[in-house]
Amino acid sequence: MSSGLIAEYEVVQGKAKSFYDTYERKDELQHQTHYCPGCGHGTIHKMLARAIDELGIQDRTILVSPVGCSVFAYYYFDVGNVQAAHGRAPAVATALKRSRRDSIVVSYQGDGDLSAIGSAEILHAANRGENITVIFVNNAIYSMTGGQFAPTTLLGQKSTTTPLGRSAQHEGYPLHVSELLATLEAPVYIERVALGDNKQIAQAAKAIKRAMENQVKGLGFSLIEVLSPCPTVWKMQPVQAQQWVHDVMEKTFPLGVFKDRTKEAHVWPARDAAPPLETIPEILGVAHEELPEGKAEMRAQVKDVDLHVRVAGFGGQGVLLLGEVLAEAGLDAGLEVSWLPSYGPEMRSGTSNCHVRLSKEPIDSPLVTVPNVLVAMNEPSLRKFDASVKPGGWVIYNGDAFPEDCVREDVHVLALPFTQVANELGDTRAANMVMLGALLEMTGALPQESVDAALKRLVKNPRFVELDERALARGRELYRNSAVR
Amino acid sequence: MEAEKRSRGLLKVDVDECKGCGLCVEACPPHVISMSEKLNHYGYRTATYVGEGCTACGICFMVCPEPGAITVLKAVYRASDEPGRSLRAEAKEVACASN
Ligand SMILES: Cc1ncc(C[n+]2csc(CCOP(=O)(O)OP(=O)(O)O)c2C)c(N)n1
Ligand code: SF4
Repeated sequence: MSSGLIAEYEVVQGKAKSFYDTYERKDELQHQTHYCPGCGHGTIHKMLARAIDELGIQDRTILVSPVGCSVFAYYYFDVGNVQAAHGRAPAVATALKRSRRDSIVVSYQGDGDLSAIGSAEILHAANRGENITVIFVNNAIYSMTGGQFAPTTLLGQKSTTTPLGRSAQHEGYPLHVSELLATLEAPVYIERVALGDNKQIAQAAKAIKRAMENQVKGLGFSLIEVLSPCPTVWKMQPVQAQQWVHDVMEKTFPLGVFKDRTKEAHVWPARDAAPPLETIPEILGVAHEELPEGKAEMRAQVKDVDLHVRVAGFGGQGVLLLGEVLAEAGLDAGLEVSWLPSYGPEMRSGTSNCHVRLSKEPIDSPLVTVPNVLVAMNEPSLRKFDASVKPGGWVIYNGDAFPEDCVREDVHVLALPFTQVANELGDTRAANMVMLGALLEMTGALPQESVDAALKRLVKNPRFVELDERALARGRELYRNSAVR
Repeated sequence: MEAEKRSRGLLKVDVDECKGCGLCVEACPPHVISMSEKLNHYGYRTATYVGEGCTACGICFMVCPEPGAITVLKAVYRASDEPGRSLRAEAKEVACASN
């Protein structure tokens, strides 16, 4: 046929319909997933999306995403989405499948998620033979948290928690999840595949489709374990990581079908639907209790010190340290304190923020959702948290011009180019301490000795302690000289 | 290039989506993908079709971790007695759109 003319080209392989056109996770990067270059999660997502397309089940598929690097799967798959607590995806999937019997439910999990914290959930879901599909992404490590060892880590493999390499004596042997689950009676299909080369990848796609098809046919529990590269945490180039899957990982985790009962599987009638929600209290015999009428709203007592501080900025600006010094100083001064860091799940770039509370009274919650002091180290952070500041509270903003559309009549604002000030002191990285100085001066919450003690405890390098002391003093001075009160 | 001589397949890369992992370069059987010298908006070198030799096997698409970074197209042939001029022009356009 090639003797003819080429009339046109038609797409043979392109983005699956089951993906959204753009991903609204962030203003930027709407074209890309958040995965690192060469990450197996993306490849596996594509196989799953393709299978959903081919089986024509997009409208009734529900994806349960885990905790781990794939936590954001719901931003990509244009299907029903539920995000489960760490390890609990098979339990959530069970509930979804049982309450929506027509749905096709996928539990997508990493190896930390499935084989460590979630080992009970997967075991029992498999043992109950839930009619769900489990995609088990085994990259032999906890990736999102930076590379701690997982039950699946190879013998000798180094991780942040097995810096000398995993030893059978101390950490036991790599857990063979597929082999283990295959000993159960109920599962209908269990296969281990890999992303080690073109052929393996083709086989993985086939297996994932098969596992989805089993569910469509009502056959029961299927699990596909995929040996998957994590170039970032393995500290390898993508191609090298792919080879490592093929040459090394596969030796510990042999590929193949460990269970296949699809031929003889009994198609159970769908389980009874869950009773309607309204009827549950009655079934449980829990009477509705009337709330006592006219209960006056509790008013927080005004305390000498009751700081609810939110510190926010880009990773690398010293956001967490600022909060830590404040909390540590509070501790030194005999106050009740809490410090709660909160970072984005992406391994690279991103923003960070922390919640700090200082009080004379026991602290009810470490979460600061309505700060009375906001330390915003850059504009996006200001925009994110400005509206949350308590009326009468403070905003300390790093930047010379306070954005007009962020101005509020009911809060005090100290806006200064703190990074520039820090630069004049010798190091832009001290901007966080200049801002902390201003905060300490304006709140008058803590004695300077406590701040000094905290700094010495948290900052190991004497050179930085000296710089930070100067930065704090400069911050105090800036506040005193400012017109704002 | 004459339509008759053009390759069976065609590769399109979305440079905004490609992260430059290079897996497709390695995977492509006829070795017709290379990495760009130019960086994209995000600072990645991106996969680039060398311009001919694609067989439309789709392997690069399969190994690529990004959902839509790669699109593989296949030539549709018609008998030589049907030159189909306007369609040919279209094919040329597609070829130009790929990088
Ligand atoms: C209850 C709970 N414990 C711990 C964490 C922290 N945590 C986040 S991701 C993660 C590990 C995930 O590893 P894995 O399942 O292997 O997925 P990967 O990131 O490798 O894809 C942990 C421990 C958490 N979010 N929730
Ligand atoms: S850290 Fe590893 S598992 Fe996580 S997105 Fe990056 S490559 Fe993927």
